[in-house]
Order: sequence, then C-alpha cells, then structure tokens
Amino acid sequence: MLAANLFKKQAVQCMARRTFASASDNIKKTALHDFHLKNGGKMVPFAGYAMPVQYSNMGVLASHLHTREKASIFDVSHMLQTRLIGKDRAKFFETLVVADLHNLPVGSGTLSLFTNENGGIIDDTIIMQQADSLYVVSNAACADKDLAHIQKHLKVFQDKGGDVDLKIIDDHSLVAIQGPSAAAALESLIGEDLKDFAFMNGRFITIRGVHCHVARSGYTGEDGFELSIPTPDVVNITELLLSHPDVELAGLGARDSLRLEAGLCLYGNDLDDTTTPIEGGLTWTIPKSRRETGGFLGAEHILPQIKGGVSRRRVGLFVQGAPAREGAEILSPEGEVIGKITSGVPSPCLKRNIAMGYVKSGYHKNKTPLKVRVRNRVQEAEVTKMPFVPARYHK
Amino acid sequence: MSLRTFTSRFVRAYTPARVAPFQFTRALATKRYTKEHEWISVEDNVGTIGITDYAQKSLGDVVFVEIPSPGQAIQKGEQLGAVESVKAASDIFSPVSGDIIEANEALDSEPGLINSSPEENGWLAKVQMNESSELEGLLNEEQYKTHCESAEDH
Repeated sequence: MLAANLFKKQAVQCMARRTFASASDNIKKTALHDFHLKNGGKMVPFAGYAMPVQYSNMGVLASHLHTREKASIFDVSHMLQTRLIGKDRAKFFETLVVADLHNLPVGSGTLSLFTNENGGIIDDTIIMQQADSLYVVSNAACADKDLAHIQKHLKVFQDKGGDVDLKIIDDHSLVAIQGPSAAAALESLIGEDLKDFAFMNGRFITIRGVHCHVARSGYTGEDGFELSIPTPDVVNITELLLSHPDVELAGLGARDSLRLEAGLCLYGNDLDDTTTPIEGGLTWTIPKSRRETGGFLGAEHILPQIKGGVSRRRVGLFVQGAPAREGAEILSPEGEVIGKITSGVPSPCLKRNIAMGYVKSGYHKNKTPLKVRVRNRVQEAEVTKMPFVPARYHK
Repeated sequence: MSLRTFTSRFVRAYTPARVAPFQFTRALATKRYTKEHEWISVEDNVGTIGITDYAQKSLGDVVFVEIPSPGQAIQKGEQLGAVESVKAASDIFSPVSGDIIEANEALDSEPGLINSSPEENGWLAKVQMNESSELEGLLNEEQYKTHCESAEDH
C-alpha cells in the first residue's frame, strides 16, 4: 500500500549523487521525526516526508527478521487518514470504491480500491466501518490525487442533495506495530486480552489514558495493529510500545521486503492507474454484490474482465541469480518479452529472490518457467503462488 | 593486511624500517577513491577495484555480487559489476580504462565478503590499466574521507 519507491533508490543515489538524506525546506516531518533521529533513524525522502529507511542499531535484513520473530514499530503517519460522515456516506463512497460498504459490519474493515473511469486503480485503501463514519486510510504518495478525486465527486453528490462530507484527520498520527509479539506488547499497555480482536477489525482502545483507534491490520503478513493516536501523545505511546523487550523500530526498508514476502502490492510499483483490479489479481476485493450491481467508476470495463479475462496478470516469481528489481523484463522460455517486474527483493526469510510482475495471460499459471533479464543477463525464473511467506494474521 | 594502512602517510612516514620487502612493495601501491564510493589500489599498472567500507555500510547485507568476465576491455565509467542487498541494487563503475584480467570469484559463493572485508578480500576485479593519468582525477584517502563526512552531514 505504500506508494512510490524512492527509498529503494536511496543507496544507489547515495553512491551516485549523495543527495538522499538532505532534508530540504519543503519536506514534511511526522510528529515522530525527532524521536526517529534520537533512535538513530536514517531519514530519506518518501512521498514528501522525511521517513526512516532503517535505524542505526539494525540493518534492513536483521530488522526484517526481527519483525517476523518478535515485533517492530513503523511510523506510518505519512499516510492519509480521512473520515466520511453523513447518512449517505456508504452510498457515496461506493461510487468510488469496489467495496460493499452497506454490508460491512461496524468494527470491520476491508482492503479496497479507488477506481477511475477506465477501470484503472487510483489507489488502494483500507476502509473501516465505524458507528458514525467510514474511516479511510490511503497512501501518502497518493494523498493529493485521492483528495482531489474524492472532493470532485463529493461536490457533485452534495449538489444533488446527498448527505455526506469528508474530514481529513490531521490531528492523529499513525503507528503500526507488527509481528508475533505485537499483541503482547499492546496488551501489556492496556491490561486487556485481545484474543477476541480479529484481523481486519477496528476498535477504540484507551491506551494509558489516551483514546486511540486501533485496527488489527498491517502491511507485513504478520499479526499486528495500526494505531491512530492523538498527535500530542504519539511519542509517549510509541515509547511505551518500544519499552517492551521484544519490540524494535523498523523503517521503510524492512517494510518493503516484508510486504513483498506477504504478496502485498505497493501502489505505484505493482498497481497504477492503468492497471485494473482483475489484472492486478485483486478480483477478491470486489464482493459479489458489487459484481452484480456495479456502480463504481470503471465498472463497465472491470466487471466483464472477471469472466472474459485480461491480457496480462500480476504474478509472483522466484528468480535465480541476481534479484530482479522493478523494471526488469520478463521473457517467455522462447525469449519473447512478455512483461515486466514491478517489485523484487532477495527474500530475507526464504533466502532466495522473489518478485512480482505482470505477464501476458497464459504465462501466469503456477510453476510456469520464465526468464528475466537483469543487467543484460538472462536468468531463470518460475511463477509461484503468493504470498511467498505464509501470512500469520490473527483470525 | 590492510591496504589502507599501507597507503596512509603515517605508516609510510614512521614505520618504513619495520616493513618487510613484500609489504614494502605493497606500500608503493596507490589507493584512490571515487565519489561514488569505489576504491582502486594500483600496483604495476594493475588496478584492484572494489567498493568502500562506507558503501557497504550504506548498502547493508550484500546478498549477491555480479562480477565481470575477465578478458574484456572496459572504459572508465562503464559498469564493472553490481552489488545487491535487501535494500537496493548498486552498480559498480570502473574508475579506470583497461582490460579486466581477473574477477574475484569468491564473491559468487560468499557475497558477504563485501561486508566483512570490503577493501581487502571483497575486491571485485583487477584491471590492467591503459592510462595511468586517469588516477589523477580520483580522490586520495583524505579527500574521500572529507567527501563521506559531507555526505553524512547532508
């Protein structure tokens, strides 16, 4: 869900131009900025914010493995938090996203997609049903375009008498804690058992006197939480979470390799506004009710693809030799270019190279042997099912 | 044996009497750096090339190294190889022109040598140089150190 991929180029830029870490004048800082610096955060520009790519006490590899073994905290305050209010909020928002918001129970959330008129994906987003509103978290790098898009359609809807409004939540910061020890760390602060709190649900929890919204969700494939914390209290709560012996800080570097092992898309790499949900392997985000009724932007392009098929599909790949990164060509066994890698990394858990990319339909089946071109060398690859590393969500 | 030690002025100025003949030869090696964090140590017109300690720290754990094929000619600024970490891929460019005479095949099975010994056992390739004057445009140890410090400050 994180958009853009600036930080992956960080080391390259460092070696080539050494421009990466400069906090230029117009770069935004999260409320945890000083906290990051104090804890050895190596800051890089990402989606207009200075964000930690890693911390001095641990490399990306160790941080990745620590998250899978214990737990890590990620500052995700750069992401856009909004709220839709008014009695027509579900009706309005269903015109922009593929989710069934009328049948999403209060306290439940879903991954969804903003689509455009052509059926492309404007952004991916998490929507949570709250008693009085829809709580929506979307990508930092897409914040401006998402807001413009929502507001444009909002105005039309309001002008027709619709009762809905959009509030930007700018007084809360967002912190994720991810990993098998995440629940224990949070439970130790609230003195409450969270066993009955299932993945992709949200609730309000008072943490040491601070009223927070907690979603049991994340971007790593692990159990974990995303905490929306009143900004004046975010440093304090983050420090309290960090004081748990199993918990370390993690940056964008580990976040990217973790999400890729979990088979989760990075908007801007693996999804964009020319990719349809069906091509992107996200048909499952369109519930049955929406497949029947449509009613979201681009539905007339998207829905026929469910039965009629698409010309390209997102796949997972194992790659031999050098890791295949974004932009690497994917070839058929005969050498024809049939697609491109959109994300790739040496998997810290599997100790082999994993990648996501788009291939021509027909080459997308599990175990199809393919090739990838990395720096003009052709290497063996094989289509594989995702996630690469099994998810361990709390059901 | 640290190449850096034997190219430092301090060692050359104060310990020549203790240096054995072989090491003395190494002391004549000239070590230079690029702003892009490659090092080259030149002896008898053969340049041994690798990436610096600063570069390996910045990259993190190296999981794959692409080494060049010996026998090929290379121009200054052309790609000599690449190192891959979880975080990023980084191209390595040749600081000089010449013929690649040897590549460090140990890196195929042990890419971590780049991290554990970036400026010794983790060397990438040896190039028989055509043009020794190309070294003049590179940084000496002191200039390189300053370059890294200013990069850190940013």
